[in-house]
Amino acid sequence: MTALNLLYTDIEDDLRATLRDLLADLCTPAAVSAVYDGDRSLVAPLWKAVAADLGLAGLLVPEALGGAGASAREAAVVLEELGRASAPVPFLTSAVVATMLLLNAGDDLLPAVASGERTAALAIPLSTAPHALLAAVATDSQQRLTGVVTSVAGAAEADTLLVPASTADRIALYAVPVASASVAPVVSLDMTRQLADVTLDYAQGRLVLADAEPAIRAALRAAAALLASEQLGVSRWCLETTVAYLKERRQFGRPVGGFQALKHRLADLYTGIESAAAAARYAAAALAAGDLDLPVAASVAKAFCGDLAVLAAEEAIQLHGGIGMTWEYPAHLYLKRAKADQLALGTPAEHRAQLAELVDLTMRAPGA
Amino acid sequence: MALAQNDPAGELRRHVAAFLATHDPATMERLSFLRARYDAGLAWVAFPSGHGGLGLPGALQPDLDRLFAEAGAPDNNPRANIIGLGMAAPTILAFGTAEQKERYLRPLWTGEEIWCQLFSEPGAGSDLANVATRAVRDGDEWVVNGQKVWTSSAHTARFAILVARTDPDLPKHAGLTYFLCDMADPGVDVRPLRQITGEAEFNEVFLTDVRIPDAQRLGPEGGGWKVANATLNNERVAIGAAAVRESGIVGLVASTWREHPELRNTELHARLLKLWVEAEVARLTGQRLRQKLALGQPGPEGSAMKLTFARLSQQLTGLELELLGEEGLRYSDWTMVQPETVDFAGHDAGYRYLRAKGNSIEGGTSEILRNIIAERVLGLPAEPRVDKHRPWRELAR
Repeated sequence: MTALNLLYTDIEDDLRATLRDLLADLCTPAAVSAVYDGDRSLVAPLWKAVAADLGLAGLLVPEALGGAGASAREAAVVLEELGRASAPVPFLTSAVVATMLLLNAGDDLLPAVASGERTAALAIPLSTAPHALLAAVATDSQQRLTGVVTSVAGAAEADTLLVPASTADRIALYAVPVASASVAPVVSLDMTRQLADVTLDYAQGRLVLADAEPAIRAALRAAAALLASEQLGVSRWCLETTVAYLKERRQFGRPVGGFQALKHRLADLYTGIESAAAAARYAAAALAAGDLDLPVAASVAKAFCGDLAVLAAEEAIQLHGGIGMTWEYPAHLYLKRAKADQLALGTPAEHRAQLAELVDLTMRAPGA
Repeated sequence: MALAQNDPAGELRRHVAAFLATHDPATMERLSFLRARYDAGLAWVAFPSGHGGLGLPGALQPDLDRLFAEAGAPDNNPRANIIGLGMAAPTILAFGTAEQKERYLRPLWTGEEIWCQLFSEPGAGSDLANVATRAVRDGDEWVVNGQKVWTSSAHTARFAILVARTDPDLPKHAGLTYFLCDMADPGVDVRPLRQITGEAEFNEVFLTDVRIPDAQRLGPEGGGWKVANATLNNERVAIGAAAVRESGIVGLVASTWREHPELRNTELHARLLKLWVEAEVARLTGQRLRQKLALGQPGPEGSAMKLTFARLSQQLTGLELELLGEEGLRYSDWTMVQPETVDFAGHDAGYRYLRAKGNSIEGGTSEILRNIIAERVLGLPAEPRVDKHRPWRELAR
C-alpha cells in the first residue's frame, strides 16, 4: 500500500491561488462583518462568483454530468480558503452535502446544482454528527411532508431542500422547492453560515432516494472530513494575522512579538496547525481515494481540527489585546466561525466517542 | 494518489525481489547479507546510488524495511545505532568528502560501527554554540581536550560526531569545527552517568589529548555550527517517526485499556481518547513531514514534530501509570546497568514515565524549540544575544 499524499499538488495550489485572489477582491472583512448587521448583499454575488464563474459548485461532479470532475482533495482546498476568508457561501451545504446525495441518487437536479444555477441544502440540523440519530419529518401516502427541522445550514441560500422523511421502515429523501416550505432564518452564533428553521406543512415532495440513510450518513461524514480543512483555513488566518500584528505592535519600546511568553504561545499554535494540516489532508485524501479508513480519518480530523481552530481564534483575540475585542477588527468573525464549526457535524467529544467504537477503546467490558 | 508520476514503489519492489533471488537470508551469514543489501542500494532508499540507496523518495523506507522483514531477513538492529543512523549518516552524506562517505557510511548502516554524539558540555546545553572543548591544529592532526556530557551509546560507540572550538578569538558560532572522532583513541575516557530510571544510558566523556587526523574533519574549519545544525534538524525528525497507527507508547496504553476492563473509568476514558487522537495526528504529521522532506535536508519545521512527541509521550506515560493503579506503584528494577539500546517504550510503565521526562530536554529543550519555531519559522524578533558578536574568549563563563 502506498501512503496517501498528504501534501498539496500543483493543481491544488493553482486552485487555491485563483480562489484566494477572488476572495481578496470580493470578500472583504468589512463586507463579511456587515452580514451580522443584516446586510447580506455580499452573499449572492459572492456565491455566484465562486459557484458559477469559477465553476466550484460542480467540483465533485463528473465532467460527463456537467461538473469539473475533481476530487475531495480539491474541495478541501476550497474549504481552506473559504475558512481563511470567513466567506459566507453555501459551498459545504450545496456543493458537498447536497451534491453527494444527488450524485448517489443519479438525480436530474444534478447538472443545475453543478453549474451553480441551482443551490440545494440537506434539511438536517447542522449539529448532526454522521453517526448520530437522524432527524426526519413525517410523510403521507401522497409524498406530502410535514414537520419542523431546526438549525439548518444553507437553507436560506437554497432554492431546493433535500428533506429526510420517515417512511414505514426507513428514511427516504425528498426534494422540496423552498417555495413549498417555510424557511425562517434565525440569528446564529456564526452569521457567515446562518441557520434557518424549516417548516413543512403537507409540502409536496419528489422522491430522490427511497432508502437514504446510508447516503445521508456518507454525505455527513464527507462534510465532517472536509470541514476539518475549513477549520485549518480559519486557524491559518488566525496565526498569520496574529504573527503579523505582533511584529508591528510595540510596547515597552519594542515589538511585543519579541517577548518570549508570546513567542512560545505562537510556536505552540504553529505546531498545532501543522498537526491539523496533516489530519485534514489525510481525511480529504482518504475521502478522495475511497479509503476504508475514512470513518477513523474523518473523526480524527474533525475532533482535532475542531478544537484547534477554536484555540487559534481564542489565541488570536488574546494576543491582539484590546483591538481583538472590537467589532471593527475581523478577529471576531473567526472566533464565531471556529466555535460554530466545532459544534457542526458532531462536536469533538462526539467524534472521540465514535472513535472509541471504531478502534475498540470503549468503556464497555468485552462482550457487554 | 501515488507519490510520484512514475512508480517508485513498484521499482523498489522489483529491486528487492531481484536482490532476494540471489541473496537468501536463510542461508547467508548476517553481516554478509547486510553488506550486500547496502551495496545493492537497498539500505536507505533516499540515499544516492553507491552509498546504500537508490535516490528514491524517503517515504518509501517503511515499505523497504517491511519487504525485507517479510522475507525473514536480518535487520541492522537500528535501535543500537540511533544516533549513527538518524544523525551522523545524513550529516556525513551532506557534508562529507567522497572518501569519508566511502569509509564511514557502510559499516555505520550495517551496525558494525556504532556512533555517538559529542555535542553537549556542562557549560553548553541549550547554548550549544558555547562549547569549550578545544581542538588545536598540530600538523595533519588536531589535538582535542575537553569534557562532553549526556552522551548516549558512548560506551558502545566506535565513532563520535564531535563539535569543538578551533578558534576562540572568533564569535562563538564562527569558531567551531565538526569532527569524526575515533572513540578507541586512548585519550577518550567514558564514564557512565546514572539517570532517574536507575540505569546509565548516558555518559560523561573526557577528552584528553585526543588526536584526530584532519581527514576526519567534516566540513570546513570554522563551519561546525552549520554542520551541527544539520545534525540537530535530522535528530528532531528522527525522533518520533511512527509509520503505523498505535505504534509506540499510545499502543501500550491502548492495549492496557483493552485488556483491563476493571481499570476503566470515565475520566481516564476521556483523557485516553484525546491522547489517542493526538497521537494519531502526530503520526500523520510525521508522515507528512517525511513526504515534504523527501530527499532534502530538514529545516526547523522538524522542531514542531519533536515538541509534540515530547508532550504526548509524557502525557501518555503519566496516564498509563494512573490507569494501572496498584501495578503502577511497582517498579521493575533500580539496578544500575548500561543498556546497549535506547528504547523509550521498553521496560515497565514506571520506567517509561521517568524516561519520558527526558524527551523534552534531549535533542533541544521544548523551550529552545519554541524559540526556533518563533524566530526561524514565524520570523518573530530574536531573543537578545549579548554574546553573539564578541570573541568567544571574552565571554563571561
